[in-house]
Parts: sequence; C-alpha cells; structure tokens
Amino acid sequence: MITAGVDIGAKTIKIVIMKDGQVIGQNLVMAGYDFQESLKTAWDEVLTKTGLTLNQIDRIVATGAGKKEAGMAHDQVTEISAAARGAITLDNRVRTVIDVGAEEGRAIKIDANGKVVDFAINEKCAAGAGAFTEAMARALEVKLEELGPLSLTSTQAVAMNAQCAVFAESELVTLVHAKTLKPDMARAVHDAIADRIVSMVRRVGMENEVMLIGGVAKNVGFYESLKRELETEVIVPKDPELVSALGAALLAAGK
Amino acid sequence: MAEFWRWTESRWTAPDKDWKKAKIITAGVDVGSVSSQAVVMVDGELYCYSNMRTGSDSPNSATNAMNWALEGTGLSLDKIQYTVGTGYGRVNVPFAQRAITEIACHGRGANFIYGPTVRTVLDMGGQDCKAIHIDEKGKVTNFLMNDKCAAGTGRGMEVFADLLGVSINEVGELSLKVEEEPPPVSSTCVVFAKSEASGLLREGWPKEKVIAAYTSAMAHRVVTLLERIGVEPDFAITGGIAKNVGVVTRLEKELHIKALIPKYDTQIAGAVGAALFARALVEKGK
Repeated sequence: MITAGVDIGAKTIKIVIMKDGQVIGQNLVMAGYDFQESLKTAWDEVLTKTGLTLNQIDRIVATGAGKKEAGMAHDQVTEISAAARGAITLDNRVRTVIDVGAEEGRAIKIDANGKVVDFAINEKCAAGAGAFTEAMARALEVKLEELGPLSLTSTQAVAMNAQCAVFAESELVTLVHAKTLKPDMARAVHDAIADRIVSMVRRVGMENEVMLIGGVAKNVGFYESLKRELETEVIVPKDPELVSALGAALLAAGK
Repeated sequence: MAEFWRWTESRWTAPDKDWKKAKIITAGVDVGSVSSQAVVMVDGELYCYSNMRTGSDSPNSATNAMNWALEGTGLSLDKIQYTVGTGYGRVNVPFAQRAITEIACHGRGANFIYGPTVRTVLDMGGQDCKAIHIDEKGKVTNFLMNDKCAAGTGRGMEVFADLLGVSINEVGELSLKVEEEPPPVSSTCVVFAKSEASGLLREGWPKEKVIAAYTSAMAHRVVTLLERIGVEPDFAITGGIAKNVGVVTRLEKELHIKALIPKYDTQIAGAVGAALFARALVEKGK
C-alpha cells in the first residue's frame, strides 16, 4: 500500500510518501504566495524522484493550517493528530511533543500508544512562533539561520521585557543603543520565545521524553534555550519539519 | 527608505500668557515608549508644550522634549518650581522631583483638556491602550490596560503605514475612502495581520480597502477592552491614535457614542496631568 501525507503550513509545504511502512519519498517547498502553484511543484518534484504518478498513491491525507487547499487528499487530520502519530512512530518513548512552526506553536501530551491526552495551541500571537525569530533576525540584521549559532556564543543572559514581537523589535533597538552584544541579544530572543512555549508545555503538563518538531526545531539557539527552561533533554529528530507529514502518511495507511 | 510611520512632531506656546507674571510654574514630562511630551503650566494654565518621538535613550528624550518646549519662551529649567515625570520612562526624567503613574496623569490631564464631564478616557498610545474611568475631578476610579500586545496600539498602525507606504498622518483618512466596509483582518497579532494584509494586496485589494480592514479590526479590538470596563459618557480619546479619524469614526460607530473634540494635541494629556499634579504638590509645600 502506498500512502502520502501532505502538510500545508503557513510558510512551507511538506509531503511524505510511504510504501508498506517505509518512507520512499519526501519533499519540502516554500509555500510562497500561491499555495496551489507551490503545492503542484511539491508534488511534481516528489513524484519525479520516486517515479510514481498521483494515481498510484492509494490514499492521501492532508494536515496543517492550509489542509483545505489540498484538493487531491482523500481525508484530512488535525495538526495535533498528525504530529502525535509522527512523533511516537519515530521514538516510542515520547510523551510530550512540542511543535513550533512559522505561525503556530503547540504542546501535545500523548500516551504510550501515541493517543493525544491533552494539548495547547497558540495561533493568535507571533511571540510563540517562528515568525518571532524571523522578525528578530531582521531587526538584528542577521540571517535567520545565523541567529541560532550566534546566540550560542552569548556570555550573558539579557532579559527581554516585551512579549509582543512588534514591541520586542523596538526593545532590541534600545538594547543596541545600550551597546548590548549581538550574541546576547540573540540569546534574549530565544529565551523569550522558549518562555512562551514552556508556559504552554506547563499547561498540558510535561512528561518525558520530550520531542521538538517543526521548522523552529532546526534553530540551535532556540533548542538550547528550551532545554534550559524545561530542565530536561529534548529529542530533535532528523527532518523535524517533516514529522507531521509523516504522521499524516501513517494515518493514511490506517496506522 | 521613506519612513511612513514618522508622525508630525509639534510644539506650541500660549500667545497671550507671560510666565514672568506667574506665581507658580510647573512642568510635566511624559516619556512614552514611542513619544515624549513636555508641558509647562503657569498658575494652572497651559503655557507651552512639545511633542516628540522618544529616542532609544529615555533621559535624553526627556531633556530634548523639555528644551524644545522652552525654546523661544525665555523660560529656563531653573525657573520651573516642580516637575513630575510620567509614562513608561517616568523614572528616567533627570530633572523631575517625582514620578507619577501615567494612568493617574492621563485621568487628570483629560479632565483639564476635555472638561469635568469626562467619565471615560480611552488612551491609545504607542505601545499600550488604556480604558480609564474618572470622576468630575479627574481622579481615576477604575482602569484596564493592554500593554502586552501591539494589536490596538499606535505602533501597530505605524507598521501598517510602512507596509502600505502611506504616511501615518494620512492612513486614517484613507481608511474612510471605501464605499463599503470590508471584512476586518482576521489575525489579532500585528505580525500575522501584516502577512494577511500582504496577501490581500497581492490579490489586488486597493490600499484604502486593506487599511480599512485593519482599522476596523483594531477598533473592534479596542471596543472589547472598553466593554470590559464599560463606557460612561462623556467619552474622550487621548494619545496619538486619537488623531486617526479612521479609528475614531469606527469606535464611535461601534460604541454608539461621540468622542469629545480635543482642543489641544491629544498626545499631551499625560504630561498635562503631570504638570497639574506638580502644581498641587507646590501648593501643598512638598
């Protein structure tokens, strides 16, 4: 049986194709301005790589904030179910899944079977999502992928008072004028977003092991801040952005 | 790059008053997160004021605002008997004898500017939004504020002025140039609302329709804050957003109440309150 999961997020589109429980193809493209166009590109690329046609896929399940855009899908699942299924399949010790995407953050508590016990979502405010780090990278005039490594060289914790991304930008300007070092400001940014995420994790109640997924999991600065604030180890799988698409593909196969 | 968010700074001197004849000269300085104001009062009447953008350094902003207010008046800092600092940077007013919260100062200032009939003051500042109930003397009886989130603040409007490439002084007028009110933007967060608006612009929405959609969302957000505390007439709006006719018109419509027409720059209410408190402190001999 060949199944696929399509995860349409605010910034990226992810596809995972599975055959008999094994991943045979995966793809990630920027969602861009035209979702339909990007979705078509994402499919074309992954189908070419795997040598498949869309008709050969028995079942397609869509997830993500833009899941309704996926006209080719047979079914839809929530981002919560998809993330939980993907995470437990990658590591069966996981009981807490933290998913931080471009415009949403989620904390999900699952049982040994990967069943969702409780969850909390923030989709209202950029302070607990990837958009926050993007805005701060812009304000600090560094590339987003440089922000994480930069913060690892910080020697001093600087508090950031503002929660709101818009206010935090002005606060960074003040810190720049106070001659605060860039690495310390980068760390302050990651501490601030980790703080938002941790309060969400506390609401659902943290249980080990903890897995971090979503695009922001690739940010080492955030990863370090999160570990420090949670006071526990955090597992980051290979390709953290693809976990929900994987979960959707697994759910498509009835797993 | 043009800076569309830059609003117009202002200063004013009373044409008919002479500080040399005054018995009590006091000042109020309101150092906000986005703007700073210095107000000088002679015997309880407005003498001069300035309204400037706050720099990244609070003590300098306070001094700059005061120097500009005094410019051309012949009055100097040493003739001012008492200065009260207020606002977000109130502890950073080097020449102030005391700091008083901006809630108290806005209540007192609104009472002076709009008269004793004001019971509800909505202060829409750069980085916060406050709903304040006051009595006939301008004393605060209750208040609510949002200072956590840019939605419903001046800073949020500045972000949109930059996005649209329209001066902050003109976005209000522009938002009223729609024949029919578009559905409000659905995102609360200014960062998300900005990406939503970018999408609308790409779809071919004209600027006035996009700013109308944001302005009505913003007005609605402020109404929910106001409704938690209740709106008792008379109703007055202070702060920079009080100058945005698009926000004010929509607020009035949604609340079914007219806002009083201001006589002075709406951004000086906090500093006026501070200067009045300063006068009261001089009279009490403190």
